[in-house]
Amino acid sequence: MEMPAPNQAILGLKDRLVARLQTVLPADAVIHDQAETRAYECDALTAYKCPPLCAVLPSSTQEVSDVLRICHEMGVPVVPRGAGTSLAGGALPTADSVILGVARMTEVLETNYDDRFVRVQTGRTNLSVTGAVEADGFFYAPDPSSQLACAIAGNIAMNSGGAHCLKYGVTTNNLLGVTMVMMDGTVVELGGAHMDAGGLDLLGLICGSEGQLGVVTEATLRILPKPEGARPVLMGYDSNEVAGQVVSDIIKAGVLPVAIEFMDRPCIRATEAFAKAGYPDCEALLIVEVEGSDAEIDEQLGLITQIARRHNPVELRESTSAEESARIWLGRKSAFGAMGQINDYMCLDGTIPVSQLPFVLRRIGEMSKEYGLDVGNVFHAGDGNMHPLILFDANKPGDLEKCEAFGADILRLCVEVGGCLTGEHGVGIEKRDLMVDQFAPDDLDIQMAVKDVFDPQWLLNPAKVFPLDASAKRRAA
Amino acid sequence: MMTPQTEAELAEMVGAAQGPLHVFGGGTRPIGRPVTGEALSLSALSGIVEYEPGALTLVARAGTPVAEIEAALAAEGQRLAFEPMDHRTLLGTEGAPTMGGVVAANVSGPRRVAVGAARDFLLGVRFVDGTGRVLKNGGRVMKNVTGYDLVKLMAGSYGTLGVLSEVSLKVLPQPEAVVTLTLHGVDAAGALEAMTRAITSPYEVSGAAYLPGDTPRVFLRIEGFAGSVAYRAAQLKTLLADLGQITQTDTPEESADQWRALRDVELLAGCANVWRVSMTPSALVDRLLPALGDALGPYQLDWAGGLCWLGADAGAGAADMHTRLQALVADPAINAGGGGHATLIKGDAGLRAQVPVFQPEPAPLAALTRGLREKFDPRGILNPGLMG
Repeated sequence: MEMPAPNQAILGLKDRLVARLQTVLPADAVIHDQAETRAYECDALTAYKCPPLCAVLPSSTQEVSDVLRICHEMGVPVVPRGAGTSLAGGALPTADSVILGVARMTEVLETNYDDRFVRVQTGRTNLSVTGAVEADGFFYAPDPSSQLACAIAGNIAMNSGGAHCLKYGVTTNNLLGVTMVMMDGTVVELGGAHMDAGGLDLLGLICGSEGQLGVVTEATLRILPKPEGARPVLMGYDSNEVAGQVVSDIIKAGVLPVAIEFMDRPCIRATEAFAKAGYPDCEALLIVEVEGSDAEIDEQLGLITQIARRHNPVELRESTSAEESARIWLGRKSAFGAMGQINDYMCLDGTIPVSQLPFVLRRIGEMSKEYGLDVGNVFHAGDGNMHPLILFDANKPGDLEKCEAFGADILRLCVEVGGCLTGEHGVGIEKRDLMVDQFAPDDLDIQMAVKDVFDPQWLLNPAKVFPLDASAKRRAA
Repeated sequence: MMTPQTEAELAEMVGAAQGPLHVFGGGTRPIGRPVTGEALSLSALSGIVEYEPGALTLVARAGTPVAEIEAALAAEGQRLAFEPMDHRTLLGTEGAPTMGGVVAANVSGPRRVAVGAARDFLLGVRFVDGTGRVLKNGGRVMKNVTGYDLVKLMAGSYGTLGVLSEVSLKVLPQPEAVVTLTLHGVDAAGALEAMTRAITSPYEVSGAAYLPGDTPRVFLRIEGFAGSVAYRAAQLKTLLADLGQITQTDTPEESADQWRALRDVELLAGCANVWRVSMTPSALVDRLLPALGDALGPYQLDWAGGLCWLGADAGAGAADMHTRLQALVADPAINAGGGGHATLIKGDAGLRAQVPVFQPEPAPLAALTRGLREKFDPRGILNPGLMG
């Protein structure tokens, strides 16, 4: 993955820039020592690293505004950073950029149960938003698997999803309003605590814009009353086709589970060896979770198991207790860790129409042989969001490149069958150069035109999302 | 009048247009500032392109009648969960509401409070921008963060950023059972209390509305599998028992009729002017309604108090009422958290030309809106001025 060469003139501004930033931030909030800036050289896409010019850790919207105004005046690019958990390189700096981290902005600003919202600073982690309201019976629905660590800022930038979005939607469906600082330091309020936009839906445009349109410092989030309970059922099948059919039949039957998770054989074997969750050794495994009171759960699980039985499962295990539920989820939740035990891996994130599941899995299997790299599939089957994990050896020369080429082929396949490159991780640098496979030049041009409106100089996270050659003129202007 | 038969023809017509275009679907929603321009009807760009019940997705051309889509979905036991309002009764219009129109105006109904708005169910769009380019964004899958989300931007843009040619939607299963509970004899404060208790309970209501008047009533809808509906209805009755007498519908048809009337705001069909106000429930019910004093005419609350439909008769200072409503929404003493909006939904063309129909935006947002319009429609020919 290529990044633009740093602007030498900007590198030469470092001392002056740091001095100016120190006038608006406390001394410990401006990190410019070369040894210390290394802490910000990458996010969770660790294959790519580059220390920034400096990093700043503001504590308020005002401080963010001051930082952006200075960078704007000096023409210095800014890369916003939440918790640095992006798998797509969304927070990867360039040598001539300032990392603007929101890690110190973690306050809960307002909690309103009657109107069902919470307002937080965006450095707060996803899980701790729920943590702030769960004692009172509420929760924040989007649950990306990195929710212990990931920040709301990054969730908004990437429009994060999670396992439970089949029922509750993704970030954009649960985001009511934001305070955002524009690149020139102007502070704007988009949305509020009310429902729907009064004019153009600028809030909807901001969510998922990968930190390229503004820096979101505060967010008003919808909170929901916690369901009385939830329980999963686990089922195993001897073919991916049959498991795919079961998913489709469940959805058509009118049940709306909160989650339908799917694992294929390589993934089942790896997690079984690692977590020993007692999963059956079969081709495809489904975990379907439903919510409600005990009686409601029984009613829904009854219907689901009835459908499951029609397709001759090799295993069907309905949870009747919290312990059994935890055991069923154990393997799924440790799937990534388990794959990581075996090897280095790259986690993909394409989405496909659910009906294409068996075909896509078969093709991935064939490509796996062609490339000579193993791949395990774990994904949110209800909404077609796949997470193929390609195993490779980072120490073996050429393996990373081979893995990236394989990954690109899988994502192109997703687009070919009517899906998309990324369901919840975002484009970042990882899928930047594949955008031409999903979008025509005009489709990309209108998106870049939106950035022209919000950030005319292209200073905010400029080398992401769009292929470098497509954005070259705009970045240079 | 131009009625393109294909997307390519639409693109050609927009590209070749020499002046402003008045873009519309079924023409059942004359909302916004009146547009002067050559008529461009999407009614011929019609038909369901693809429907996959097992994937909960449907793709249709913009001019497809909503009724046609609802019938296709019903045949598979599915529906548009955001329950788009049919404006014909309220606005006294005729014609067939189209799916593109629903999306362009981001039209939702009572279930919006539980499941989201039209924009939340919109997965992808194809549209023609003001220069005649055919553009696409989003797709037909439920999770998609590839590039900027122009899908949300197009929803509710009233044809001012582009002319929709095709929309892709998430659909949901119809429930097995539905029951509506009616709580009788409560004032607005009591209604808010009841709706808040219900919507913040785990018993999942899919509609919470209030009609004041001589026989004031709160309506709470419960949908799902039969056993679950019965259980939740019983729990809600217990939860609200201290607030007043509660009755329950006997048949699904009875419930459907009630919610259709609420969805279409039939109560205010006789009013010459109707406003739609979205704020937090507490700001709306505890502060905005009392602040209106004697000016408060007939109204209906929906979305558990987060939406208010206000009606007024012709003549009597409609422009003043409009100005006052938008000022109250913008008043920090009424609406401490900011946000919210009051929109004139029904009014004669003279009034709609005279007032800012949509809530005016603060200067920095207005500048962004203007900037976006200049990019999407550089010649300013798509429904110019409709949104102000």
